[in-house]
Amino acid sequence: MSQTFEKPPAESYELTASRTRELSKSQIRRAQISGVVMLLLAAFVVVFLIPNAEGDATFGLSTARDAVQLSDLVVPVTASLWVLAMVLGFLGATQFVRGFQRRSTLILGLSFGVFVIAFIIWATADQQFNLTSMLVATVSRCTPIALGALSGILCERSGVVNIGIEGMLLGGAFSGVVIGSLFGGWIGLVAATLTGGILALLLAVLAVNFRVDQIIIGVVINILVLGLTSFLSSQVLIKNPDLNNAPIFPAIKIPVLGDIPIIGPVFFNQTIIVYGMFILVGTVTYLLFRTRWGLRTRSVGENPRAADSLGVSVAKVRYLAVIYGGMVGGFAGAWFTLGTVGRFDEGMTGGRGFIGLAAMIFGAWNPVGALGAAMVFGFSESLSEKLSLLDIPIPTEFLAMIPYLVTIVVVAGLVGRARPPAADGQPYTKE
Amino acid sequence: MSLTSPDGKTTIEPDDSGWATFFRRLTTATDWKTGLVIPALAVLTALIIGAIIIMLTGSSLQETLQAYWALLEGSVGSLRAISATLTEATPLILTGLSVAIAFRAGLFNIGGEGQLLIGGMTAVLVGFSFTGLPWFIHLPMAVAAGFLGGAVWGFVPGFLKAKTGAHEVIVTIMMNYIAIYLTGYLLKTALFQREGRNDPISKNVEESAQLPKLLGWFDSAMRVHLGLIIALIAVVLVWWLLFRTTTGFEFRAVGANSHAARYAGMSVTKVYILVMVIAGGLAGLAGGGQVLGVLDRASPGFSAGLGFDGISVALLGRSNPFGVVAAALLFGGLTAGGQNMQATANVGIDLVSVIQALIIIFVAAPALIGAIYRVKTDASSTQISQGWSS
Repeated sequence: MSQTFEKPPAESYELTASRTRELSKSQIRRAQISGVVMLLLAAFVVVFLIPNAEGDATFGLSTARDAVQLSDLVVPVTASLWVLAMVLGFLGATQFVRGFQRRSTLILGLSFGVFVIAFIIWATADQQFNLTSMLVATVSRCTPIALGALSGILCERSGVVNIGIEGMLLGGAFSGVVIGSLFGGWIGLVAATLTGGILALLLAVLAVNFRVDQIIIGVVINILVLGLTSFLSSQVLIKNPDLNNAPIFPAIKIPVLGDIPIIGPVFFNQTIIVYGMFILVGTVTYLLFRTRWGLRTRSVGENPRAADSLGVSVAKVRYLAVIYGGMVGGFAGAWFTLGTVGRFDEGMTGGRGFIGLAAMIFGAWNPVGALGAAMVFGFSESLSEKLSLLDIPIPTEFLAMIPYLVTIVVVAGLVGRARPPAADGQPYTKE
Repeated sequence: MSLTSPDGKTTIEPDDSGWATFFRRLTTATDWKTGLVIPALAVLTALIIGAIIIMLTGSSLQETLQAYWALLEGSVGSLRAISATLTEATPLILTGLSVAIAFRAGLFNIGGEGQLLIGGMTAVLVGFSFTGLPWFIHLPMAVAAGFLGGAVWGFVPGFLKAKTGAHEVIVTIMMNYIAIYLTGYLLKTALFQREGRNDPISKNVEESAQLPKLLGWFDSAMRVHLGLIIALIAVVLVWWLLFRTTTGFEFRAVGANSHAARYAGMSVTKVYILVMVIAGGLAGLAGGGQVLGVLDRASPGFSAGLGFDGISVALLGRSNPFGVVAAALLFGGLTAGGQNMQATANVGIDLVSVIQALIIIFVAAPALIGAIYRVKTDASSTQISQGWSS
């Protein structure tokens, strides 16, 4: 649903006043709803978590390989839960009564953060939980999601919807492992990137030249790649296990920065694919918003006819943007094989491409925003993974659902406010 | 009565695609091509590319032809093969209808997989929970439970789409994953899990809730069951709903141009919610049919991609209820034949989904087929979605 915000006409004061009142009424309602949500979170902590809490929670802050070893952080569970519940209650009550106005969204996000901390402390009672290794996993797991989102952003900024990201990830993962097993990891990485580019070329040809519904193409790419990689995996890889045994990129520690406690292992001791993700997010942001190419791409995504009348070739711009996007998607696929386990399994991407799509929407089609969203998803993935190792009375299936539930909440809560490129998904016919 | 949007660009005729139009299309010269020639050439091209893929994995031409012979034999080569084709086609008809009816209202239901899982779980729950009921009470109850379960799972994306604008593509995909994990959890609870088992598998459906085999009296190996009849009834009902009722007209009006429909006084909110409830219910019915007619129990992954195949079926059938039946028979035949191909010719069944994806590409882009075979087409590509902002 796209909303247009018009500037109120200056000469009519009355209209402006009534609009302000109308706007603030809906703002107040939204503020009250989020206030209630925060109070409910506080109540949940008090009613469900505190009665079952006792002892101390022990958090490890260093991994064994770190240069600087920090001592464990020991937190008394019941007392800290009470403190956090009071913080939540205070924030919620303030929001409900007075409202934080422009900072409302931030405060709501903060409350969810406080709630998650309370939950982790509760789950860790009388047990060990290594915070740093969870954050390391967060950054690693956020990588394919952020790159998937970046792939979507490149395509959609030019006006081509790409829901075939999942297929591009899977294709990159497959060709990365096969070529990587034969010729080494670096060539495997190149092969993965090219595979994504070839799949994107299919998307571009069908979307730009044949004007096929772009969502259908995306779905077909996903089915095609899943079928093809599963077929080749069962026909070829099973018989030739040597083809499914690629070297894994080692974590590279950046001198000095890598020795900083907590931040060092989390950001500066990762694989080349993770660093590549951060570099790509920066590069794409610069290219999209600071260069002539970016301006042309965005104008084709917003108003292809206007761009065309100024001499920009809509087809060429879309082809380039989609192929770049596909290459980013293929590169992301390499994370699954060359970046982690070194072998391919059927359907191993497990919906990360779709979560990347949600991260793209969450980040309002902006690379940095999408990276932030991907961090949230990466966090919830690694959190559910680490929590399933702890002995808590919640089935692992429910923890595994968290990323998908978060996606629905995010899409339902934000899509109305985040505006997609105006010509997204619409084929362009030159007149 | 016909409805024209304010800008005059979109006109909806009340009877644009009923069975009469469908058959007229097949018999008139121009629509011959879109109706039959294009799909036939699409299937042929997809099979040729499939053969190339088999040969690339190291099979000789002779082995490839043997594999395709096994595919043909397994789908239509004998009465048992035809029974297998019909059995495989039954859930595809329903998931295809599910996607097709949503397409008609401008929504893309990728959530068939999850709706099918939840529908299957509710059907199996009713199927084993009641004992001693006569079949004519128990069986309809279990089938209805399947519809309801899927309908609930379809309601969520429909409601969110209508109320918050959350794109149904994202929400239905997420609902699929949630359904997979929920099913995995439920199958390990005391309520569902079979006594004495540690793996996630449900109790057996009571005989009074099993869908009877249609040809069991003739040959006990023929598995085609009453679900096929239920699916065909659903086809007629959906056709009637879409093309003979006001509600169906509203569905199609919203699908053609939601702004025009709102302008004409229709409730787009109501249409989105209702159509997703029906679509979810149809997919749930497919799940119910699988557990009550084929499997007699539920285990993780019993959806087996049937929900996703429904998308292909609906696209190939051009979202026409009768076209869906034809497409489901084709894909059912490919699946049944693919199992035979895997068993006798040692070529993996995953090739079938590659062939299906290729068929969809060629059907969705008729100009591609036109360019390969130098056939003139009207070159109108299917256009269903309007991007994220629709």
